[in-house]
Amino acid sequence: MSSPESSEYKGTEAAPHGKARSTEWPLWEIFIRGQHGLSHRHVGSLHAADAEMAIKNARDVYTRRNEGVSIWAVEASAIAASSPEEKGALYEPANDKVYRHPTFFDIPDEVGAM
Amino acid sequence: MYAQMIKSTGKGIKSLDEMDPEERAFQERINAGGKIEPKDWMPDGYRKNLIRQIGQHAHSEIVGQLPEGNWITRAPTLERKAILLAKVQDEAGHGLYLYCAAETLGVTRDQMTRDLLSGKMKYSSIFNYPTLTWADMGAVGWLVDGAAIMNQVPLQRTSYGPYARAMVRICKEESFHQRQGFDIMMKMAKGTEAQRKMAQDALNRFWFPALMMFGPSDKDSVHSAQSMAWKIKMNTNDELRQKFVDETVPQAEYLGLTIPDETLKFNGETGHYDFAEPDWEEFFQVLKGNGPCNTERLAARNKAWDEGRWVREGLLAHAEKKRSRQMAAE
Amino acid sequence: MSTDPKFEFLCRMGDNALVLGHRVSEWCGTAPVLEEDIALANMALDLIGQTQLWLGMAGEVEGAGRDADKLAFHRDVWDFRNVLLVEQPNGDFGQTMMRQFLFDAWHLAQLTALIDSSDKEIAAIAEKSAKEVTYHLERSSDTVIGLGDGTEESHRRMQAALDLLWPYVGEMFLGDDVDAAMKDAGIAPDPAILRAGYDQLVGDTLAAATLTKPEDDFAHRGGKSGARHSEHLGHMLTQMQWLQRAYPDATW
Repeated sequence: MSSPESSEYKGTEAAPHGKARSTEWPLWEIFIRGQHGLSHRHVGSLHAADAEMAIKNARDVYTRRNEGVSIWAVEASAIAASSPEEKGALYEPANDKVYRHPTFFDIPDEVGAM
Repeated sequence: MYAQMIKSTGKGIKSLDEMDPEERAFQERINAGGKIEPKDWMPDGYRKNLIRQIGQHAHSEIVGQLPEGNWITRAPTLERKAILLAKVQDEAGHGLYLYCAAETLGVTRDQMTRDLLSGKMKYSSIFNYPTLTWADMGAVGWLVDGAAIMNQVPLQRTSYGPYARAMVRICKEESFHQRQGFDIMMKMAKGTEAQRKMAQDALNRFWFPALMMFGPSDKDSVHSAQSMAWKIKMNTNDELRQKFVDETVPQAEYLGLTIPDETLKFNGETGHYDFAEPDWEEFFQVLKGNGPCNTERLAARNKAWDEGRWVREGLLAHAEKKRSRQMAAE
Repeated sequence: MSTDPKFEFLCRMGDNALVLGHRVSEWCGTAPVLEEDIALANMALDLIGQTQLWLGMAGEVEGAGRDADKLAFHRDVWDFRNVLLVEQPNGDFGQTMMRQFLFDAWHLAQLTALIDSSDKEIAAIAEKSAKEVTYHLERSSDTVIGLGDGTEESHRRMQAALDLLWPYVGEMFLGDDVDAAMKDAGIAPDPAILRAGYDQLVGDTLAAATLTKPEDDFAHRGGKSGARHSEHLGHMLTQMQWLQRAYPDATW
């Protein structure tokens, strides 16, 4: 059977890693320090119009507003990221997109290595 | 599943010998169980497929808020209201995590949203079915979330790092979703005659649409091989569907409800249940836009997006004003 | 009215949270941006939780075997004791956030005062709720400022929302026999004493939002006494209470 209509995604390739349109809020990387004295850890990303809103959104999205945590919000475009080790053989598709860098989601301890 | 009809772009799978050195290194890394991270080299097809798959998954979470959101204002107790609201909120959160994962591949959330709203990108067929009674909140949690979990648990091991990590967080948060659905079903199935009738009716309406969530039969699913080689698809459609049926049938028996499939019976030889295929013609019609609620769902998303524009613009304009005032003061 | 003033008072607190929580929950899945959708749901969840506490206590004080659910789902319009402000429809997002801000500013002042209540149970509920509402107010005032001082369109919409809702502000500060009894018992403050602080806070926020407070201080009344709710509440109840009313024998 031939495949039914699937979602073509031509826009992605055509727009070279598209610039956010002016109405899209910037992307922020969120770092949270829990209560156990460990350093801030990256927990994820979100969109916000400015830093204050990023911190508030982080409380709502990533902590469900637990008290006693400290939140850092860093605009994704302000992060400098290292390139992967095997850079000899690999081309770099994303130097202009530092927001691609962050490791995204914290792995809960109980999940173990991943 | 939440990304049911992902068309691979590759033309069959290349052997390692046929690959360029960089692609070979890439594939060997995946074969060895390694993760691909955003700045690593990756074949264009891998990137494109992932954007489609993660995007569809994200859209499914967002559109999936609507059928359950339909009952938040009618939830029968304060506790049920809070649980349902928390669950639908989780779906928004999961959509958010997934959009962020897709954004690491070089696409913006706005772009993906516009492609959802125009109908260019899809979401799971299941959310085009209506929720007509309170028992549907039970059936959706029990069957739809149950089916979703089958797919999402293995995806925690998918090859793309940000996607895998999003799935870990999602699976962790979602553990209560199926249980709350089953809990509603238990109350309904063991309740009054009217409640029992609602429960059976919900099962009747959601059984086959839930089976469709896993996508077409393997024999008709020509694009899985590449996705499985790339480990962005971890099991075949039929494997997961069988697993779902095997787990769900005893649960229905416990509830005293009848699965609407007269052919359903346990096969002692295979150790699995034999069951009827869903109506694939209906499935393809739903994907094409002819499901019972396609029009409403897309209209609701479009309305929310259009009516929210002034808010997004307003808050952004304020942030810019604040920034320039700060700069002027310095 | 012969009912126990303490029961009345607890219903007022509980119904405000119930009705506003319900209104905010209507946004679920349709907010202007995902992050807001999640934040609104958190706020609604806080308010539903507060409802359970206030109405749960109201049921105990009444001693007639009604629990929070019974009170929420089996009373008719005239028995509801929420202020008119919170039952107003959501309107656009700006109207929702303006309503939230105008209520939060009163709510936090009220809860803060209740922390010193002579009734320990009330004080405990107030203390827990005040933490949540402190955040609600932070968020709603930021949004009012951001949208008031945003684009021309957002400013216009926020001014319209303020003009529409301002006549519902006064009711929160009007005292009656129930309030007098609560004040005498040291349970709750005289509503009027909260007004000055409220005006200060609201004035500062509206100034930062470049919005103009309406000059007319006319106040609609009838919500907290239950004497005359708006038409909107009845429609809300037909939806909220429908299952419980249609299937009174069922447990859920």
